[in-house]
Amino acid sequence: MLEDLFNKVKSRMADAPYRESHSEVNVPKGLWFKCPRCQTVTYEDDFEQADKVCPKCGYHARISAVERLAATADSGSFREFDAGMTTLNPIGFPGYEIKVKSLRQETGLREAVVTGECLIGGERTVIGVMDSRFMMASMGSVVGEKITRAFEYATEHRLPVVLFTASGGARMQEGILSLMQMAKTAAAAARHSDAGLLYVTVLTDPTTGGVTASFASLGDIILAEPKVLVGFAGRRVIEDTIRQHLPDDFQSAEFLLEHGFVDQIVSRKDMKSVLNRLLRFHREGGAK
Amino acid sequence: MSSFPVWDRIEIIRNKDRPTVRDYIPMIFEEYFELHGDRYFADDGAITGGIAFFRGRPVTVIGMVKGKSIEENKKSNFAMPHPEGYRKALRLMKQAEKFNRPVICLIDTPGAYAGIAAEERGQGEAIAKNIFELTRLKTPVISIITGEGGSGGALALAVCDELAMLENAVYSVISPRGFASILWKDGSREKEAAELLKMTAADLVRLKAADAVIPEPEGGAHMGPELAAVAIAAYIEEALGRVTATDMATLLENRYRKYRGFGCFTE
Repeated sequence: MLEDLFNKVKSRMADAPYRESHSEVNVPKGLWFKCPRCQTVTYEDDFEQADKVCPKCGYHARISAVERLAATADSGSFREFDAGMTTLNPIGFPGYEIKVKSLRQETGLREAVVTGECLIGGERTVIGVMDSRFMMASMGSVVGEKITRAFEYATEHRLPVVLFTASGGARMQEGILSLMQMAKTAAAAARHSDAGLLYVTVLTDPTTGGVTASFASLGDIILAEPKVLVGFAGRRVIEDTIRQHLPDDFQSAEFLLEHGFVDQIVSRKDMKSVLNRLLRFHREGGAK
Repeated sequence: MSSFPVWDRIEIIRNKDRPTVRDYIPMIFEEYFELHGDRYFADDGAITGGIAFFRGRPVTVIGMVKGKSIEENKKSNFAMPHPEGYRKALRLMKQAEKFNRPVICLIDTPGAYAGIAAEERGQGEAIAKNIFELTRLKTPVISIITGEGGSGGALALAVCDELAMLENAVYSVISPRGFASILWKDGSREKEAAELLKMTAADLVRLKAADAVIPEPEGGAHMGPELAAVAIAAYIEEALGRVTATDMATLLENRYRKYRGFGCFTE
């Protein structure tokens, strides 16, 4: 069908979160970066030099939690919380433990979020960074628990919270317990908010599903990196429902800004100084 | 009994004669007065809300609307709300808080609608805001899943002090079809997926995600809508007695603790 030909061209953004875009380029892996947004191919070295930002369209590619913390926290200031927390298999999902175990070895991560406290330009804050390499940073018991504890710690110590979100949504392998994490994290965010404390969300690629429908949308201030994917329903689900192709910028950071769901789009190179400024605006006793 | 007992329940709750919120409200409440609109954008036909008496006590009732004909379902979008539906619900919850009215939610949705307009108007934000506000709403909230509890779209009305499910109702993080298509790349294996998902009322009580199961007449609620309504009303009376006898600080602390406790991990 003619429509299928277009489908191949137009669906690149839809498929991006679910496959390794590198492997689509017929060159040795690791030498090139192919932008999932504009398809431009860049030397890996140049791409790394540019903080993993596509030089052509400005798409901010996914980076690991380690890279994110190095770019955000003052050197040597990060102290991790709950580093050893590990999920169990609440609904007896076939192969779940094995999957988690192999991802741990592959990524060096224990789970899909790293939380702790740090200084950002000298300002003390609680921080959480989700890492899409770990089961697309889906939210199960551990992600929900670590984020909840981070909020509770921040409430107790009167600290702000900065969360870099990325997620495929709730982790279906944990059944209804993963859905309950949405309520658990939102409840902890509500108590932190009621204590008059600042919560900043930074939406990174991709933030979707149950994470968008819980803590990612609850920041006092919501920032996003350029060109990242943010939405509730999956693109393909919507395309199946309405039986038509969606524009390329649908569910992008720019789309959210236009519709009023993001305060500002901030580039990676400016993120640390912007966060520092927001933290300084909200220092305790600042209004007095 | 087939080899897919969970699927049998799903067929019961999808039966075209299954009572809907429009059937239940007049059988359970008196003088229901519907309130329309979210005050920002529109009135969403997928969610009905208003004020009524329950055995002499004013309550706020919010429910998801399934239709019984194509015409009705056009209006109610097959009970799949848009953001304005969730925002209408939130408006009515805040109104209930102001007037110290308990909130009673009747949930029956395949999920929040997945569409362009829903995304443009912030489906994720609307659901997040409802969950956030419900965790701290200073009035009792009782939710009942009468049919389908479709993921975040259901949770937006299901963060509450007490949650019950009708005997054949289901509640899950993803639909069996979605689960099968991700797990096996084959949505047609939804019957098998339903068995794996642990989504029945009994499963949910075991996982502590639901507090009670409301019995249905033999064969399902459509075999005796009045009997089903009587059972729902009996549950509401019982649960209302418990939540209204608890002081607000304790109620809110218990609500926090309930959700705080969900998790399955080691350290």
